[in-house]
Amino acid sequence: MNELPQQLVNGLLLGSMYGLVAIGYTMVYGIVQLINFAHGEIFMTGAFGALTVWLWLPGGTSMWLALPLMIVGAIIVAVAIAVGAERFAYRPLRTAPRLAPLITAIGLSLALQQAVWAWYPEAKSARTFPQIPGGPFEIGNVTIQTGDIFLVLAAPISMAILAYFVMKTRTGRGMQATAQDPDTAKLMGVNTDRIIVIAFALGAAFAAVGAVAYGLKYGEINFRMGFILGLKAFTAAVLGGIGNIYGAMIGGVVLGVAETLATAYIADIPGMDKFGSQSWADVWAFVLLILVLLFRPQGLLGERVADRA
Amino acid sequence: MRQRSLIAITAALAAGALTLTACGSRDSGDKKDSGDGGGTTVVIGVDAPLTGDLSAMGLGIKNSADLAAKNANKQNLVKGVTFKTEALDDQAQPSAGQQNASKFVSEKEVLGVVGPLNSSVAESMQKVFDDAKLVQVSPANTGPALTQGQDWQTKKVRGYKSYFRTATTDAIQGPFAAQYVFNEAKKKKVFVIDDKKTYGSGLAATFTDEFKKLGGKVVGTEHINPDAKDFSAVATKVKNSGAQVVYYGGEYPQAGPLSKQIKAAGAKIPLVGGDGIKDDTFMKLAGSEATGDLATSVGAPVEDLPSAKQFVADYKAGGYKEEYSAYGGYAYDSAWAIIEAVKKVVDDNGGKLPDDARAKITEAMQGVSFDGVTGKVSFDEFGDATNKQLTVYAVKNGAWVPVKSGTYSG
Repeated sequence: MNELPQQLVNGLLLGSMYGLVAIGYTMVYGIVQLINFAHGEIFMTGAFGALTVWLWLPGGTSMWLALPLMIVGAIIVAVAIAVGAERFAYRPLRTAPRLAPLITAIGLSLALQQAVWAWYPEAKSARTFPQIPGGPFEIGNVTIQTGDIFLVLAAPISMAILAYFVMKTRTGRGMQATAQDPDTAKLMGVNTDRIIVIAFALGAAFAAVGAVAYGLKYGEINFRMGFILGLKAFTAAVLGGIGNIYGAMIGGVVLGVAETLATAYIADIPGMDKFGSQSWADVWAFVLLILVLLFRPQGLLGERVADRA
Repeated sequence: MRQRSLIAITAALAAGALTLTACGSRDSGDKKDSGDGGGTTVVIGVDAPLTGDLSAMGLGIKNSADLAAKNANKQNLVKGVTFKTEALDDQAQPSAGQQNASKFVSEKEVLGVVGPLNSSVAESMQKVFDDAKLVQVSPANTGPALTQGQDWQTKKVRGYKSYFRTATTDAIQGPFAAQYVFNEAKKKKVFVIDDKKTYGSGLAATFTDEFKKLGGKVVGTEHINPDAKDFSAVATKVKNSGAQVVYYGGEYPQAGPLSKQIKAAGAKIPLVGGDGIKDDTFMKLAGSEATGDLATSVGAPVEDLPSAKQFVADYKAGGYKEEYSAYGGYAYDSAWAIIEAVKKVVDDNGGKLPDDARAKITEAMQGVSFDGVTGKVSFDEFGDATNKQLTVYAVKNGAWVPVKSGTYSG
């Protein structure tokens, strides 16, 4: 049986989720040159926000009714935390040396993890996440799980909304201007402080959508889920060209497919059976990253803000 | 260029953050206890993962050990000695485990340690405890090398005199599972997956050896990354391999999602694992399709043993928030073994703790023998439990139900 189509779909789904989270890294970086390491944790709090909404709803609520509310809940929580972090942790350090906000981000990441661990009820181990009822969809010999349907729809829709926002709206263009040159943008009347807040909020909203997708896909969430996924999403952002929102999505998909294909096929290459298992998938994904950065240091799609680097 | 170096620094910092999360060790001084009889407090250290993925099992161990100490106090088992427990969290990480070990060694009231849960953590602790002659009894470690040395298959050598365990080793558990799967469940084609940790890979290896010996066929092997959550690529491989059963060497945080994703991929075959997956969290993670999944676990089912009824009742009465989980009974017995050893040392010394209590207790542990929660508790020349009973459990209506108990014989 040919398993390539199935493995490609597996990789595509995983990659779309990386991409949704990577958008937050790339937007914030594009505008303030800060690698927001707390972004993985903002993703995690989004998932717990969605779960909280689910627990508030009366038992037996239809998933189709609950899901939109859960997405809204996830977005509210994630955006509130991201905007709060920007206001109280990053803004006071706007003019500080770059390492200061970076360390702040790492500290914030640990603080958020521990806060959820300590105060969210029963979050000390994994909590189950509600599932979409119904069996999987079969298209040819490719199976798509019901939980993944959300991801299949949400990733392209989110991407389209983002592209429209950045390209067509006034605020979006202000964002591009700030990314190119914050000082000149300010002189032209762009409220850069507001733009920066919007960048954080948008990134958090996409991470929240990704978090709901994660919960639906794997059926459980825990306080550490953001760490590894955040690292992967950051990698995806770098792979696609950090600062470039399309690059984040492409980078995510490439990373997801690379990991999946490495798991599926490296072992079949003669003499490589030791290096083919899933535990090596990350190694191959990072080999790919290194190769891409060697030949295209600006990432696959290149940075929109390369002239500032 | 500035930005690429920024990325490099960031990556380095991220790696640093990983290692720094579990910091704060203490100087270890090799102090000896000098009790004076009346009103001595003896602390039994407990090391287990109290947070994170494996905390369901870890908290069960902590509570059960605590229950043993309380019962001993209530019965006034050792006159003039009050037992207390002190639990430290190892987060299932060898580095944290070693720091905890050093901390226990430095506290002179600590005369024995129950734990850890993970074989890989035990490896990092053994030498610290052995140097301090502080006795350690693990309720859950199943890696054969811990007691019988790295070359346990050819030449058994006991590495550390202070290490004991009440759990059965993988050298017995893996083959026991293989015999059940091949002879009773009549599955001839298996896909073997492990998580590359000491416990998981050891279990998978002993299972594979026995399964091949019986005439079964291994149609595929895979090693997963315990940090990963997405096993869809592996699940697709399993489906296309034509395997009738999956054997997983590892623990429930990965086994649950793995089982779920294998079934979701279209391979409706049971997943079989060891004691590491026999926790109720497994069902939560694996979902409704987990019915029919199997796990072997050490000893007879705790609920069925008459000796365990009292434990279960006491545990409920104790008002512990968490379940006693897979190792509760073994943790109770481990703590009780330490209490028995303390009792012997105190009795031999005229009702007082001797100056070299730690060394004496370690010696006394070798001779400990009593009827515990899990059956007869005593240790062989390697520090392994002499009780070699195992049980196969199956998932039925969202619970682990015992299907077959037995002893593995060659």
